[in-house]
Amino acid sequence: MSRIKIYVPRDSAALALGADEVAAVMALQAHQRGLSIELVRNGSRGLFWLEPLVEVETPAGRMAYGPVAPEDVASLFEAGFHAGGQHPLSQGRTADIDFLRKQERLTFARMGITDPVSLVDYQAHEGYAGLRRALALQPTEVVQQVLDAGLRGRGGAAFPAGIKWKTVAAAQAQQKYVVCNADEGDSGTFSDRMTMEGDPFMLIEGMTIAALATGATQGYIYVRSEYPHAITTLNEAIAKATAAGFLGNSILGSGRAFHLEVRKGAGSYVCGEETAMLESIEGKRGVVRAKPPIPALKGLFGQPTVINNVITFASVPIILARGAAFYANYGVGRSKGTLPIQLAGNIKHGGLVEKAFGVTLRELMYGYGGGTASGRPIKAVQVGGPLGAYVPEAQWDLPMDYEAWAAVGATVGHGGIVVHDDTADMSKLARYAMDFCAVESCGKCTPCRIGSTRGVEVIDRITTGDAQQRPQQVKLLRDLCDTMVNGSLCAMGGMTPFPVLSALNHYPQDFGLSNPDRQAA
Amino acid sequence: MTTTTGLAQHTIRRVLDDKRHMPGALLPILHAIQDELGHVPAHAVADIAEALNLSRAEVHGVITYYHHFRSEPARGAVVQVCRAEACQACGSDALWEHASRQAKNADVTLEPVYCLGLCATAPSMSINDKPYARVSPNKFDHLLAQLKEAA
Repeated sequence: MSRIKIYVPRDSAALALGADEVAAVMALQAHQRGLSIELVRNGSRGLFWLEPLVEVETPAGRMAYGPVAPEDVASLFEAGFHAGGQHPLSQGRTADIDFLRKQERLTFARMGITDPVSLVDYQAHEGYAGLRRALALQPTEVVQQVLDAGLRGRGGAAFPAGIKWKTVAAAQAQQKYVVCNADEGDSGTFSDRMTMEGDPFMLIEGMTIAALATGATQGYIYVRSEYPHAITTLNEAIAKATAAGFLGNSILGSGRAFHLEVRKGAGSYVCGEETAMLESIEGKRGVVRAKPPIPALKGLFGQPTVINNVITFASVPIILARGAAFYANYGVGRSKGTLPIQLAGNIKHGGLVEKAFGVTLRELMYGYGGGTASGRPIKAVQVGGPLGAYVPEAQWDLPMDYEAWAAVGATVGHGGIVVHDDTADMSKLARYAMDFCAVESCGKCTPCRIGSTRGVEVIDRITTGDAQQRPQQVKLLRDLCDTMVNGSLCAMGGMTPFPVLSALNHYPQDFGLSNPDRQAA
Repeated sequence: MTTTTGLAQHTIRRVLDDKRHMPGALLPILHAIQDELGHVPAHAVADIAEALNLSRAEVHGVITYYHHFRSEPARGAVVQVCRAEACQACGSDALWEHASRQAKNADVTLEPVYCLGLCATAPSMSINDKPYARVSPNKFDHLLAQLKEAA
């Protein structure tokens, strides 16, 4: 009898719910039952309400069981799950699960399917096809592919990646760099983490293609210290890619070099801002730099530097492998391709949904997410991290599109969606936004450093102070936000007012204001 | 010089020899020292500054800028409870209050953390970098009890 292939995820979210314990019990019981199994520690499929989601390979395809606790393992074996047998935890064929079936997984095509650190698996699933194609093209043609695909920065700013690459490619310098911003600090986002833990070669391949396109020979991945498993997995993948000739002095014998190194952050949110990140890699305090000069011309160690987010780089291999037109065919307007969206917070079916741009929040929160985990009505939803606005119900049917969202004051950001039920106090969340800014501000510019502290005080006066003074304090808060938006050096101070003002505008009753306080505006 | 300080200095020297020539070596050096010693001792500052040709103020500035680096050893296990929005939506404020009370009587260092990337299984926390999801106050007590047993 051939070995039974069983998958138990190694993603942090699965580990946090006991995947290691499940895997250990699984191996032990299989041994005791005289069954020969091959235990694969795959990435997560992104169905986090079912984690640990155990899968078994059968002639009919991979069958899913979850959420599996260590104490379920015995009954799973008794039910013959290792041959796809029925069990109360059965979820049917994994590929048929509604949440997955309706998605358009381009970037996350391999996620949860392969062993993250197996180069054999990676290449058997289209891995390194993009790099091989890039090696056959001229650097300018590679840049053109990325331009034609319409790929925009997935970290939040949505700047066209190809234009950045073109600028770096045209710059003259002895040394150029490719830097991946993996400082995914926004609450409600985990697609970078999933990529680094679940499909690290995809990121490595994307960065290698960027290096070939721009003439860079050294790359860094700046990963936050809160992601220890991502760091371990990346280091393992880099070592394997280097040993196999995908990185190093001569990529696949081409004579072109690219070296890659992981740099660990140290718990500073503002280091997700690209210039603060560069300072941090250079060994300094993560203080924001004034722009210009732009990093594409004067970036890391003063040299031309491509900086992109994890998902931006991770989107590149498929663009090269299948062609720009294939990718650009997805999406709406100037928002081309797909976005790995993260459903988080108080949501019944939280996880990763990759869809072409154009999907609505309502479909995501109800169609995929199934409403709140608490079963209560959804009150507020914050999109785009701590600096993203709270989006009111009137905008839940707006197609996800950078331009359409910006027009109503909302941000797509990194695609993180945090759902709150009707117990949420929006004045408390607004206060938190200011407080977080005060804790994390790098201190370089006054509107952010001082404004955030004053913001906390003003919100406290609105919610707990004299009701008669309230309209005046609201006016003060709006003035303060105006100063922060227009006077801050970077998005930290410049966007903290978004959640604050959207909470105030759409939920005035939570601030003790009976009607929308337009007269104070 | 106590033996402990002597051992620490030996470690610091080794880390400096190993990493001083890296471009942007300061953060990797601080991480390596903290990973081995549990903190970055005050007496390391001068050695690091000298090795990297920086002022002591610059090194001190970097250590104190980043939340991750500690100048004193942590008390017991490092317990980080996420306080960011996604966890707030699932009751992390109550968890934090509970954790703050319980931590007083336990051999742990409790710290806030702003996102562990486990936002679909909130509230989350970590103990010495091991992640835990959907942490209720009960589960917190259970984990702390396990920690005590293991110690």
